[in-house]
Amino acid sequence: MIREIHVEKLTEQIREMCIHATHFLSADMDAAMKKAWEDETNPLGKQILGQLQENLEIAGEEMIPICQDTGMAVIFLEIGQEVHFTGGNLEDAINEGVRRGYTEGYLRKSVVGDPLLRENTKDNTPAVIHYSIVPGDKVKITVAPKGFGSENMSRLLMLKPAQGVQGVADAIVETVAQAGPNACPPLVVGVGIGGTFEKAALLAKQALTREVGVPSEKEHIRKLEEELLARINGLGIGPAGLGGAVTALAVNINTYATHIAGLPVAVNLCCHVNRHIVREI
Amino acid sequence: MDRHITAPLTDQEAKSLRAGDYVYITGTVYTARDAAHKRMQEALEAGERLPFELENNIIYYLGPSPAREGKIIGSAGPTTASRMDKYTPELLDRGLKGMIGKGKRTKEVADAIVRNGAVYFAAVGGAGALLSKRIKKVEVIAYEDLGTEAVRRLEVEDLPVIVVMDAEGNNLYETVGK
Repeated sequence: MIREIHVEKLTEQIREMCIHATHFLSADMDAAMKKAWEDETNPLGKQILGQLQENLEIAGEEMIPICQDTGMAVIFLEIGQEVHFTGGNLEDAINEGVRRGYTEGYLRKSVVGDPLLRENTKDNTPAVIHYSIVPGDKVKITVAPKGFGSENMSRLLMLKPAQGVQGVADAIVETVAQAGPNACPPLVVGVGIGGTFEKAALLAKQALTREVGVPSEKEHIRKLEEELLARINGLGIGPAGLGGAVTALAVNINTYATHIAGLPVAVNLCCHVNRHIVREI
Repeated sequence: MDRHITAPLTDQEAKSLRAGDYVYITGTVYTARDAAHKRMQEALEAGERLPFELENNIIYYLGPSPAREGKIIGSAGPTTASRMDKYTPELLDRGLKGMIGKGKRTKEVADAIVRNGAVYFAAVGGAGALLSKRIKKVEVIAYEDLGTEAVRRLEVEDLPVIVVMDAEGNNLYETVGK
């Protein structure tokens, strides 16, 4: 049975989601930031985490974005295969939602239309859109506006299979260490292992949208997530990179099958303003 | 140590700040980030005047989000300073005294800070809503076409920052985790 969905519905949802995600942390991130404040032992680190708590309160009460870098809009659409979109071009409708969200929501326009010519598009479009077709007649929308302080410190490595889990773990820890203060710790570390070159990067990005505190369903990966979180917090980088016990809030790892000759690893860092919001229509 | 200072800085005050000091800045600072630095560099090469006098002033690496109606500015936290490293030593040699940003700088910048008795402050990245409350006046003074990247003159009151790199060559980031 085909279900028809007018694309204007998507536009309106995405408009709202862009505005909401940039002013309010999701419940999982909010809880993780409160816990970070409780756990931090370095007085300066604790002071900074206290400042970030105050910042979140001001953002929500006065509708000032949590961070001025309201990001490039990354949107995941899981489209049920029974869905038929009507009323216009799907991609245009998504970008219209981003345009309205960023202009009507007083969000920063941080997108340049060409990476070399670098002229600002003035409405934060286009979004980066990832589509997937799934069973059913629903559409699941995830909006994850991504800031570039942390995006710039992310890495993709094509390791050799012989480097194994140790090589993967070292690469992840090294990425966080090199990023230091630049990526605005405390971080959420999104990791993609396996697939191909581009699949690993996509897995890492998707890992950032997984709720903080929800471990991988795979036992060996869950253990790796725990080990890595402990190792990263042992680096002592701390809040804002000024020292402390809390460098990362979570390490989320997603995996996929890969080639006999390869071990791709992508590490997508996200600052403490890890924005992700999900709705289903 | 907690300190209250005024901007523009004096030579003496800039030199007296030490890595690790928690500082509240009151006075005038100027915003400039990637695109504005590029234009200022081009202006210097062409022998033109900069949008503001560098002498003893502080640049805040900031591209704010737009102001809502009735407000003067939106979210206003620091951006990553290293993208300005290419331009910074010359600005310091020409009189710039302080910078507010976040993240590591190059050795060339560190050397220029020492050479000129200057200072690099970190504001807390991702605290843009809180920091915006310490900004009392905003005026776009140059490169308006750059939107968020335009050069703005800000009047700030007790803007909270931390000294990361000082005139003696100390660097707080380098002592972290050791």
